[in-house]
Amino acid sequence: MNSNYNYAFLDEGSKREIRRSILKAVAIPGYQVPFGSRELPIGRGWGTGGIQLTLSLIGPSDTLKVIDQGSDESVNAVNIKKFVCLCTDVKTTIDTRDATLIQTRHRIPEIPLDNGQILVFQVPIPEPLRIVEAREEATKKMHAEKDYAPMWLQLYESLVKYKKVTIPSEYPCMVEGRYVMNPSPIPKFDNPKLHKAECLYLFGAGREKKIYAIPPHTEVLPLAFDDVPFERESFLGKKCRQCGSENTYLDEIFDAQTGEKFYQCSDTSYCLEARSHVSK
Amino acid sequence: MAYVAVSGGKEAIEESIKLLDYYRSGTIKDIEIEAIENKLSLLVDRVMSEAGLYSKTYAALALKQCEGSIEEAVFLLRAYRSTLTRNYYTNIVDTDGMRVVRRISAAFKDIAGGQILGATYDYTHRLINFDIDKEDPVELQREMQKKLSQQAPEEIVLCPRVSGVLKAEGIIDSYEQNDLQPFDVTEHMLEFPTGRSARLQTLSRADTGFVSGLAYSALRGFGQVHPTVGELRSGYVDLCVPYPLEGGESIYIGEILITEVECFNTADDTGQLKLAVGYGAVFGRNETKAIAMAVVDHELDNAGPYPAQNEEFVLMHGDSLEMNGFISHLKLPHYVTFQSKLDSVRKTRRAGSE
Repeated sequence: MNSNYNYAFLDEGSKREIRRSILKAVAIPGYQVPFGSRELPIGRGWGTGGIQLTLSLIGPSDTLKVIDQGSDESVNAVNIKKFVCLCTDVKTTIDTRDATLIQTRHRIPEIPLDNGQILVFQVPIPEPLRIVEAREEATKKMHAEKDYAPMWLQLYESLVKYKKVTIPSEYPCMVEGRYVMNPSPIPKFDNPKLHKAECLYLFGAGREKKIYAIPPHTEVLPLAFDDVPFERESFLGKKCRQCGSENTYLDEIFDAQTGEKFYQCSDTSYCLEARSHVSK
Repeated sequence: MAYVAVSGGKEAIEESIKLLDYYRSGTIKDIEIEAIENKLSLLVDRVMSEAGLYSKTYAALALKQCEGSIEEAVFLLRAYRSTLTRNYYTNIVDTDGMRVVRRISAAFKDIAGGQILGATYDYTHRLINFDIDKEDPVELQREMQKKLSQQAPEEIVLCPRVSGVLKAEGIIDSYEQNDLQPFDVTEHMLEFPTGRSARLQTLSRADTGFVSGLAYSALRGFGQVHPTVGELRSGYVDLCVPYPLEGGESIYIGEILITEVECFNTADDTGQLKLAVGYGAVFGRNETKAIAMAVVDHELDNAGPYPAQNEEFVLMHGDSLEMNGFISHLKLPHYVTFQSKLDSVRKTRRAGSE
């Protein structure tokens, strides 16, 4: 631990302020709470919102897991873990079940989380309405008035034009029938994991200075029409070439030599565990 | 097949960081912090201004650490600032009390207090001085000290503001002193419409290139201004913090060098014209940025259809840390979201051919 810096880097006043914003976010699920985002030694746009949540919550009894693209080994995940450890000496793990605090970019782990766990998301653009309205001043009013018509129109236009809803990741959801929320750039595959979960989901956007939350057992439904149901990425007929799983989100991999296409689990820790079961 | 998706990240990062040192090892000559502070002072000023942290030494350290990259140096200073508890707020600085080292007006030939050209590159010919390579720094300093010692110290006379005269004449609007607590953008998220204190603080900390480009766009046609630099002044201002133990007393804690600009623009005044003022103030000698800030400040008052007149556009996109952070994050892996994009693209192609 680097003793030149305070425990968990930020000064105690800043951490307390962030925790207050978290409490407000938990009290109003899906509502984006503005906060005085602090500058960190890691780039804005590289997970500083998530890191500030992690730093303000972490204590000596925590076990931390950090993933990026589902992987514990990804450069950014390693880098964030290294930074948190530099100023906390906290225990780390790659096992999803062992972690009390998991910071993630772009994925929700395949293993369902329980009520002792917090999943912290890194959020680039917290505003789900940004795709239909560039101005913060306007989107704030739209949320206040629950005016989500432009959003529905966007979905409808996409259907008319392409016969499909073409929003790839970051698929907007309705939280408890009140706020439309951006679940961060997770694939649609992960959206159902947000609905009535056991754990606490926290979302931090450092550059955009917003915090929002989904407390346990909250209703989180992807925006969809009655007659055109929400559709996830499909990996029909494909499976992980390492563990054989057919029910996980898969990365597509090309072999540069043969030009062959493979698939493997994006959640590397899940894949490792599945393989150890197979070999037993 | 040896492809393992982004594993070995830890080792790769360690080695990458070591390799950075390689780029600073091409010579056995060192560049000392004192030298950076004094010989690259405009660079130091720019970094301090964009970081919003006034410390020449830390700015110089940061510049040495990152091969002179402005965005990295700003980044280092900002991150360091986050670890410091804010113990005091200084009293409001009255820049009328500035110890001026340079002061010009493009509006009037004769101004009370006089024009003081001071040090400027404006009238140099930009010819590379090949002899600067052989400059003797000891001799340079000795010569300057000698010249200084031959000067008789003059009493400091405070310069009245150029705008003061026009305010007295009623051509420039006068306002009541506003003693509201300023909105501090380092402690709160900007909310729109925002107040002028938040706007000025944001512009003062903004990336120099961004503010200059915006101001240029307003001058060139995406705006309707050709403002006159009513006054540009650089100089030292005193900082004081309140001292709670003595009733109302303050303690002097040091001085900082700033550049301050007032730009004049003609503006409508119900059936007649008046002059409207745009204001710029930045750390150090950053004249282009200070002028650009004054231009943009006034454009934002106009609130028209052009980018430089759009408060949210201007204030949300000029922060060095935010813009560089977000642009550089594109280098991070996006395997999952790209897979999702591919899935969407493929599905529409399938749907289209059905």
